Amino acid sequence: MLTQNSAPDNAYDEFIKGVWRENPVFVQVLGMCPTLAVTNSAMNALVMGLATFFVLTGSSALVSSVKDWIPKQVRISCYVIIIATFVTVIDYTLLALVPKIHKELGAFIPLIVVNCIILGRQEAFASKNTVYLSVLDAMGSSIGFLFALLALGGLREILGVGALFGVNLFGEHYEPWVIMVLPPGGFLVLGLILLFFNWFKARKPEKSLNPALETPHG
Amino acid sequence: MKQQPIQWVKPPKAEQEPSSTRLVLTMAVAGFLSGLLTISIYLVTLPTITAYKIESLRQAVFRVLPNTVSIQEYVYRDGQLRAVKDGEKAKDEASIYGGFDIRQNMLGYAIAAEGAGFQDTIRLLYGYDKVQKRIVGMEVLDSRETPGLGDKIYKDLDFVANFKALNPLPEIKAVKKGQRTADNQIDAITGATISSVAIVKIINQSNALWLPRIHATHGHCFRSLSC
Repeated sequence: MLTQNSAPDNAYDEFIKGVWRENPVFVQVLGMCPTLAVTNSAMNALVMGLATFFVLTGSSALVSSVKDWIPKQVRISCYVIIIATFVTVIDYTLLALVPKIHKELGAFIPLIVVNCIILGRQEAFASKNTVYLSVLDAMGSSIGFLFALLALGGLREILGVGALFGVNLFGEHYEPWVIMVLPPGGFLVLGLILLFFNWFKARKPEKSLNPALETPHG
Repeated sequence: MKQQPIQWVKPPKAEQEPSSTRLVLTMAVAGFLSGLLTISIYLVTLPTITAYKIESLRQAVFRVLPNTVSIQEYVYRDGQLRAVKDGEKAKDEASIYGGFDIRQNMLGYAIAAEGAGFQDTIRLLYGYDKVQKRIVGMEVLDSRETPGLGDKIYKDLDFVANFKALNPLPEIKAVKKGQRTADNQIDAITGATISSVAIVKIINQSNALWLPRIHATHGHCFRSLSC
């Protein structure tokens, strides 16, 4: 699964796998906490996705460039320090730039530190590959995560409020399906999307199945 | 990865264990660099964040004291509330905001208070109408209560509406939802009792400090409603 090869088509593959084939949310079922908690509107999902993009890409770039100097006994602690620093940077930046959204996301911005997608990419990829490939891998995974959050946030906002990014879609006669923006709605919509993904995967020929990805956790 | 066939040769010499000093040094350098970066971003964003906090506090004063069109900051000195201009206030001196209507009549005060919530400090602002002796509005400025439960202290409009004509005397009490019998009681949030009680406690403590000061300044007695 992990390769040291840096051929150009391989680079493209490292990028695209996180977006679709190994999508962190829909396939690996990682990072469930922010996925369920902050996707009650498309805007929250977008900001959370972008914050995670920044932290994951930054951490992967740094971890892969300093990997040779970090003794393996303390590598996890060092990754956590690096990730926590990027999270602090984005936390203060969001507080200064978009304080209202920062208030909505609340504790979930600092909690990016413990998002297992991020530590997972450092341990599984960035600590063993070149900076170039690690950045591509991180960008792929974070775009996959952003895509998943947006799909959930968008669907939940459309169903639960009748709007998308705060723009009213159906006029005033639409009766909002309020449960969709409440916590149970997160589980319902995620469950339906996972159902669709698995159905889609089952329809495809066996060869596309990757047994290494059949272990949801985290 | 491909399995290597087992070979009976001497394994390559194991990589030497790095010394403890090296491990500690690595962590120390990482911690130091991280600290530097954290402090830098804090200092860079601090002015914007402070400006936003001041502005959002001003906006909140207008919301918790209905009909307010202008505000004035007050501090308590020598047994009296005194108006202070920008910069006159000592750095750690507590202050409250007086609200005035369009005819420059004083309506009451907006008081900021804070205390322990369920997870972290809750900061709030409430409006006290000095004529009717009622709390007329409350807004949570800062909190990290549990999403979906404790955050109802500002998201649940029914809960916020408890504070629109609330008698603060002798003290505010939180009761189970729907069991309110007196005008000094509020309906607690089902599933977030601790957060609801925390709000009540914060306001009661702050009232014990500020209400005597307010009424001493304006010459009312305030312990009972009859006077």
